[in-house]
Amino acid sequence: MSEANLTIQDVKEGDALPELSVDVTATTIVLGALATRDWRPMHHDYDFAVNRNGTRNIFLNTPNQAAWFERYVTDWTGPKGRLGRIKFRMKDSVFPDDTMVFHGSVAGVDAEAGWVDLEMELTVGDKVVTGCTARMALPKDGDDNPWSRTGNDWKP
Amino acid sequence: MGAAKNAEDLSAEVEGWLGKERYVETTTFPIEMGYVYTSCASVENGNPLFWDEQVAGELTGGPIAPPSMLSAWFRPHHWVPNQTEQSLPLQVHFDLKDRLGLPEAVMTDNTIVFGVPVRPGDVLTTCQVLHSVSALKETKLGTGRFWEIEVRYTNQNGELVGTEWYTGYGYKRTAS
Repeated sequence: MSEANLTIQDVKEGDALPELSVDVTATTIVLGALATRDWRPMHHDYDFAVNRNGTRNIFLNTPNQAAWFERYVTDWTGPKGRLGRIKFRMKDSVFPDDTMVFHGSVAGVDAEAGWVDLEMELTVGDKVVTGCTARMALPKDGDDNPWSRTGNDWKP
Repeated sequence: MGAAKNAEDLSAEVEGWLGKERYVETTTFPIEMGYVYTSCASVENGNPLFWDEQVAGELTGGPIAPPSMLSAWFRPHHWVPNQTEQSLPLQVHFDLKDRLGLPEAVMTDNTIVFGVPVRPGDVLTTCQVLHSVSALKETKLGTGRFWEIEVRYTNQNGELVGTEWYTGYGYKRTAS
């Protein structure tokens, strides 16, 4: 459960986000595919993934990776953290029996506007599977709420 | 995004898709919380914004969907009555695979920029825009082309709820 309540005052460039480690099962992959309404067989059908796609097993789909990264950053920020932009590059795939680990650090802080830029990686063993950057709105102080930003105040 | 150089050997049909808004669609069901809970469960996301109505009321004026769910709302049902062909999400991607003769494809890059929150009951509209198709390239997967597709999402009030950019790679597997 996310219980953090980070403000921009709590953050500085170079800060590390706590690591998140997840043991991946076939259920993780299939549940992620169904949750994102992705019925393509390479995310639930071993035979299709191996013999048609040429991968070694079914693998985690792209939209569910976005959901994992969103969960990772909001575990750190708490519910006032508002995702503005996320970009990720898949370099390899996540398969059942992998342990995926999320790492991240603060690449930039705009204290006046209440934004942080994050650099993150999803690794399996020594391999970077996905690289990710995100721009996250944080409260400027205890009274600020990024979810109330609209128009020119919302600059993702 | 959108500045990649295009191949010079594209058919007139594929060239004609560049920069055009295609596949304007509206969600087939209003946004609902069942999928929000399923999405959160799939990644063990305990953010109280999605589980606690009081927190949602205080921060966002009521329940919202996780921003990362944007594309899920437009993936078609796997089956519907009286439909002979299965609908495909991101149809431009599949059009390219078909017209370029590239039977396999993966997504390599994905960028999502979020606008106003998506709420239960919203009815969203989307369109897809092809921005680039590369010349043939060799990768460890095979021989193929990279392409960039933008997907725009608006709500029933015409407000932008998000924009997605995908880089896909369509390929033929290298014979082993």
